[in-house]
Amino acid sequence: MNMTLRALLGATALLTLAGLASAETTITVATVNNGDMIRMQGLMDDFYAKNPDIKVEWVTLEENVLRQKVTTDIATKGGQFDVLTIGTYEVPIWGKSGWLVPLNDLPAAWDQADLLPAIAGGLTVDGQLYAAPFYGESSMVMYRKDLMEAAGLTMPDAPTWADIDKAAAAMTDKSKEQYGICLRGKAGWGENMAFLTAMSNSFGAKWFDMDWKPQFDQKPWADTLAFYLHLMNDYGPPGASNNGFNENLALTQQGHCGMWIDATVAASFVTGKDSTVADKMGFALAPDNGLGKRGNWLWAWSLAIPAGTAKVDAAKAFVAWATSKEYTELVASKEGWANVPPGTRTSLYANAEYQKVPFAKMTLDSINSADPTHPTVDPVPYVGVQFVAIPEFAGIATEVGQQFSAALAGTTTAADALAAAQELTTTEMTKAGYIK
Amino acid sequence: MARSTTTKSKVIVTIGAWLVGFLIFFPILWIFLMSFHTEGDAIKSPFAMLASPWTTEAYQAVQTQNSYGKFFMNSVVISVGSTVLALIIGIPAAWSMAFVPGKRTKDLLMWMLSTKMMPAVGVLIPLYLGFKVTGLLDTRTGLVAIGTLINLPIVIWMLYTYFKEIPVEILEAARMDGASLSSEILYVLTPMALPGIASTMLLNVILSWNEAFWSLQLTTSDAAPLTQFIASFSAPEGLFYAKLSAASTMAIAPILIMGWFSQKQLVRGLTFGAVK
Repeated sequence: MNMTLRALLGATALLTLAGLASAETTITVATVNNGDMIRMQGLMDDFYAKNPDIKVEWVTLEENVLRQKVTTDIATKGGQFDVLTIGTYEVPIWGKSGWLVPLNDLPAAWDQADLLPAIAGGLTVDGQLYAAPFYGESSMVMYRKDLMEAAGLTMPDAPTWADIDKAAAAMTDKSKEQYGICLRGKAGWGENMAFLTAMSNSFGAKWFDMDWKPQFDQKPWADTLAFYLHLMNDYGPPGASNNGFNENLALTQQGHCGMWIDATVAASFVTGKDSTVADKMGFALAPDNGLGKRGNWLWAWSLAIPAGTAKVDAAKAFVAWATSKEYTELVASKEGWANVPPGTRTSLYANAEYQKVPFAKMTLDSINSADPTHPTVDPVPYVGVQFVAIPEFAGIATEVGQQFSAALAGTTTAADALAAAQELTTTEMTKAGYIK
Repeated sequence: MARSTTTKSKVIVTIGAWLVGFLIFFPILWIFLMSFHTEGDAIKSPFAMLASPWTTEAYQAVQTQNSYGKFFMNSVVISVGSTVLALIIGIPAAWSMAFVPGKRTKDLLMWMLSTKMMPAVGVLIPLYLGFKVTGLLDTRTGLVAIGTLINLPIVIWMLYTYFKEIPVEILEAARMDGASLSSEILYVLTPMALPGIASTMLLNVILSWNEAFWSLQLTTSDAAPLTQFIASFSAPEGLFYAKLSAASTMAIAPILIMGWFSQKQLVRGLTFGAVK
C-alpha cells in the first residue's frame, strides 16, 4: 500500500470519526448556583453512561441575571438554552404563554404520579405538566431547643402566631446579641414579600379580590404588617431591613436567632458543619391564626424545556434523568440521604433511610400544608402562595416590598407604607388592564 | 506665582489623600481578604473573620466548579479585540474631526457622546434579535463588535482631544514634504499622539474587561467572559461570599496588575494637554 493510499484511508477514518462525533447532541442547561445543582454537575458521569450521545453544557448564573436572560431568550425564541431552571412563579405564566414544552410524555418509569401533589399542582397548567421539579421547599419555623427549654417553653409542632410572639419575647436578650426571631426584611418580591405574602395568608389577607382590586387598604393586611413590625422591632436583630435569606442564615448559624421562619431547605444548613448550633435546632410548621391557612410558602426549582429549542428529545432525556427517583438514589449513595434534593417525590418520604433525616417529616408536612391553587382564606382569582402568578407581580411586589422594608427601617409608618402599596398596585394593575 | 504651603497643610492633605485612596481601595481589599477564608468565617464580624485561619479552600472550590481559563481567554480576546478595532476606526475619525472639521463636527461629537446616555436595556431586544438572525449570539465576534460600538464614542472623544493639542503646522509641513494622507496619520500624527493613544487603549481595555451588561446578555458558554464567571458564584440560598470573592479576585487580578504597571502611562495620557 503506498503512502498516498494510506493517507487517504487515514483521512477517511478521521472523517468518519468526526462524523460520529458530530452525531453527539449538545444541550445547554441554564441554572442557578445552589448546592443541589452544583452537586448534579459532579454526578454527570452517570448521565453520560446512560446517554453517550448527549453532552451537557452548564451555564450557571445569579438568580436575577438568569431570570432576565432566560426571559429575553425565551421571548425572542433565541434558542440559547435547551433546559431552564425556573421557579414556581414562572411556570404557570410561561406555560400559559406557550413558551414551554409540556412534559406529560416523559417515560413511564419517571413516574409522574409519584410527584408530591402540592408541588406538581404548582407546575401544572390546564392539566399539562410544564416543568419537572428538581427540589421543592416550603417554609417552617426553625428554633433553638436549648433556649426554649431555658425559658420553660415548648414549641408545638403546629404553632400559632401567639405562640411565636410568646417564644420570641422569652428568648430575646439583646444584651447578649440574642434575638427572639429573625425574619426577612430586605426588599424584594422573593425576599421580604415572599415571607409577608405567605404570612398574610394566615391573617386572612390577600393581594387582590375577585375583581383584581388590591387589598392593602383592608384590615387583614394592616394586622399582618403591624404584627410583623412588632415582632421585628421588639425581638428582631438590628438592621433587619437589610436581612434576606443569607443574612438570617448567618445570624442563625452563629447562634443569634431564637427562631427563624424561612425556607425548609435552610434546615440542612442550620444543622450543617458551618453551624455553631447544629445540634440545638428544632423544627415546627409555619404559624397560623386559626383561620385555616398557615404562613408557609411553596416553591420548587424545576427543569423546563423552552419551546424554541430544536433538541427536545435530548432535553427530555436530561430532565427525566435529573428529576428521577434513580438520581435521588445516586446522590444518596455518593453523599448520603441528607443531601438528596428534597421536596419533590412521595417515595422519598416513604423511604426508611430518608425518614431518619431530622427535618424530613417537617419539610413534607410543610409542603403538604401549602395549596398554591387555594392560597388564601377567601377566594382569589390567582394561583401562588407567596406570589401571584401574573407577569406584573415581580415588579409590583418589589415596589411594595420597598415600602414595607422602609416601615421596618422606621423611615415610614405602617399606615403610610400600606397606603403607598395600595396606590402603586392600583396604578400598575389599572395600567396592565386588570382593573377596568 | 507658586502658592505657599505649610508643612502642616501638606501633612493634612497627604493624610486626606491616602484616606480617600484607602476608602476607594477598601472594597477590593476586603474581597481579597474574604476570599482566603471559609464560607463560615467570611460571614463573621470583620474582626472575627480576620482572626480566623486563612485557607485557599474557596479558590479550590471555584476552580473545581468552573474553568477559569476559558473565561479568561474570552475576556482577553473581547477586550483587546474591541479596543484594537475601536482604535482602527477612531484614529482616522478623530483626525478628520480635529484637523478638517466641518460645520457639524461639534454636533456630531455631541451626538456620539449622547449615545452613551441611553440606557443599554432600551436596545436589548432589537440587538438580541439582530444577533440571533446573524448567528452572533454567544460568539466572541459578536462581543468584539458590541465592545467596539460601546467604546467608540469615548475613543473618538479622547483621541480628538489629544489631536487638538498637536499643532496643525506640523502636519502641514509633512504634507508639503509629500506625505500622503495615510503616511501623515501613520508616521507623523500617531507617534506624536502616542501617549494619548496608549492611554485611550488602556482605558478601553479596562472598560471592555469590566463590561457586564452585554456580556451577560449575549453569551452563554462559548464566548462567556469573566463577568459571567463571577455571576455564576452568587447563590440564592446558601453561603457564597468566600467563593464569590475568590472568583472576583481571580477576575480582576489581571486587569489590576496591568493597570498597576501602566499607571504612569495612563495618568500621563489622561492629563495630556491639561497643563498647556
